[in-house]
Amino acid sequence: MNTVSRAAPPETEPSPDPKRVPLTIRDLTVAYHRKPVIWDIDLSIPEGKLVSIVGPNGAGKSTLIKACLNLIPRSSGEVMIYGQPYEKERKRVGYVPQRESVDWDFPVSALDVVAMGTYGQLGWFRRVSRRSKALSMQALDRVGLADYAHRQISQLSGGQQQRTFLARALVQDADIYFMDEPFAAVDAATERAIVELLKELQKRGKTVLVVHHDLATVPQYFDWTVLLNMRVVAVGPTEEVFTQENLRRTYGGKLTLLTQAANEVLRSR
Amino acid sequence: MPELSDIWNVLLLRDYNTRLVVICTMLLGCACGLMGGFLLLRKRSLMGDTLSHATLPGVGLAFMLAVALGGDGKSLPFLLAGAAVTGVVGCWAVLLIRNHTRIKDDAAMGIVMSVFFGAGVAVLGLIQTMPEGSAAGLESFIYGKTASMVASDFKILVSVTVCVLICSLLLFKEFRLLCFDETFAAALGWPVKCLDVLLLALVTAVTVAGLQAVGLILIIAFLITPAAAARFWTNQLDRMLLLSALIGGASGWLGASLSAFFPRLPAGAVIVLVAAVCFIVSMLVGTERGVLIRYLRQAQLKDRIGRQHLLRALYEILEAGRLDGELTLRAVPFRQIRGRRTWSDARLRDTIRRAYNEGLVEAPTRDDSILLTEAGLAEAARLTRNHRLWELYLIEYADVATSRVDRDADRVEHVLGEEMVARLESKLQTYRSAGSLVPRSPHPIIPGD
Repeated sequence: MNTVSRAAPPETEPSPDPKRVPLTIRDLTVAYHRKPVIWDIDLSIPEGKLVSIVGPNGAGKSTLIKACLNLIPRSSGEVMIYGQPYEKERKRVGYVPQRESVDWDFPVSALDVVAMGTYGQLGWFRRVSRRSKALSMQALDRVGLADYAHRQISQLSGGQQQRTFLARALVQDADIYFMDEPFAAVDAATERAIVELLKELQKRGKTVLVVHHDLATVPQYFDWTVLLNMRVVAVGPTEEVFTQENLRRTYGGKLTLLTQAANEVLRSR
Repeated sequence: MPELSDIWNVLLLRDYNTRLVVICTMLLGCACGLMGGFLLLRKRSLMGDTLSHATLPGVGLAFMLAVALGGDGKSLPFLLAGAAVTGVVGCWAVLLIRNHTRIKDDAAMGIVMSVFFGAGVAVLGLIQTMPEGSAAGLESFIYGKTASMVASDFKILVSVTVCVLICSLLLFKEFRLLCFDETFAAALGWPVKCLDVLLLALVTAVTVAGLQAVGLILIIAFLITPAAAARFWTNQLDRMLLLSALIGGASGWLGASLSAFFPRLPAGAVIVLVAAVCFIVSMLVGTERGVLIRYLRQAQLKDRIGRQHLLRALYEILEAGRLDGELTLRAVPFRQIRGRRTWSDARLRDTIRRAYNEGLVEAPTRDDSILLTEAGLAEAARLTRNHRLWELYLIEYADVATSRVDRDADRVEHVLGEEMVARLESKLQTYRSAGSLVPRSPHPIIPGD
């Protein structure tokens, strides 16, 4: 029984050239100690979409991203970036991890952190070049942190640290970005600024996948949505899949707290 | 008591007997400082301890093997190779336990460390029953015995130090990325496991090279202490590593020199004590993060802000009390100032005293009133103007304000520019144009009693 609902592809169009599809996931299962965390994930994301990945706690959203980037081992399935396995297309992938993943007491400045995004272009053994530093300053400027370039990172606020990570991903100049909770612990103004940035990326033809926790803003920010609860509940254009029925199937009983927010959202459309 | 000239000779490497030891320990210190920096930031310091304790069985087994193969067993490179092998096996055992059981790092390291060390002591005991076994020679690896250092130690140390230096220079950004954010490194395609193995290999080389000088129990202190000390002086990684190498080298040099005059004390202990002194000093007065320095800065900041509060309070009292036109300079009763803020009597008097010392107020009069001097009035006016401009800026430009506000700036123009300040001032005027009794502050000031 197929319980996954998807936006039906138009019958008359031929399937798109795999090299133009930023992300294709087939039959992906990730398990820890015999406990599956996500299973049988099948989805593909077309180019130039701002995609939200939503689901309750423990749904496997972070796991999905990490599995795509080979950061955790897969039990089964394959992930294709532009038709190739991840290892071959690394240069086209940008990653913004969760803020808790590093020790912010480390002796580096914001500029140093952003420059780390250019290490791939620099290659082995080379020192950080002037060009790298200039690109990093530009990226910091785009996220509004130009004045903080030389501050040690523990002297930045939470939102500023998040934006530093964002700048680091921007400087990679990737074609597809994976972002793990970029809006966590970020104030409203910063959130708006980040969304502006994402929309700008989308205009330039990039694809962005974002693990997002705030249901109320999903239709506003994202034009494509993946509803995840250990398996894909629905995937497709937000206006088609972000329905009350699908939300109920994703969040189950947990939706009672969120029902009001979800109703607000659906009413306003 | 040794003569001063003797001490001087040793320090300057003029004394032939001690020269080798001091140079070797100095080199070791540099290498330890450098690798210790990376080890500290990679949060693997205790792994270094496990490594060093796990070298003991290797030394013993290498000795036995060498004797079995017909040698005398004292070949240093052979012994050190054995040490390196079991050291690495120990680290690998920790990873094995950690990855395949529910036992966490600390317990895993404790288990491996003690088991291997125990095994090593047992092997050494076994060696004593052997006819060739003068285990006294091997026990020097536990506490260090600089007296037994010879030219081959020097060669080993030089090659290890050069290796460490070259790797640190070539792989600086790679190691920095690895220590800061290994997940991102992995996502970017850097071979995290290989870099970790290389880091471990370099630490092993340094540890094993230092067994003779400092002993396996104390080598960990030599690895961590200079790096930890260096952290207090800077927030930049390259400077921290350089400083760490310098502190390590200096501790080695000074420690070895001093221990030449105290032959009963194990040199390793003296060296580590010197490093510890460096650490304590750094912890207290390190310019970037030292404890005393931070405390001092806080105190200075409190004083400066107290003075600003006092001057602004005085200005606002005078301003509120004037009838029209010019501000008249008059003495303000202590009680009135006291009522404006939540400061204690003692704190306020202290602040007034400091302001007096700086020539901003006259000496308090008999009836306990405070009078600003000319200079004080000018400063108070400047502070109040700055304060109000910043307040208004925060209100009008809330979205960008937090990154631009700098209350310590002499003039707001220096930070915001003339044009912005002119705009803000004309806005301030609108607050005041309603009448001279309306305060010029963007928010109402509650007058003191």
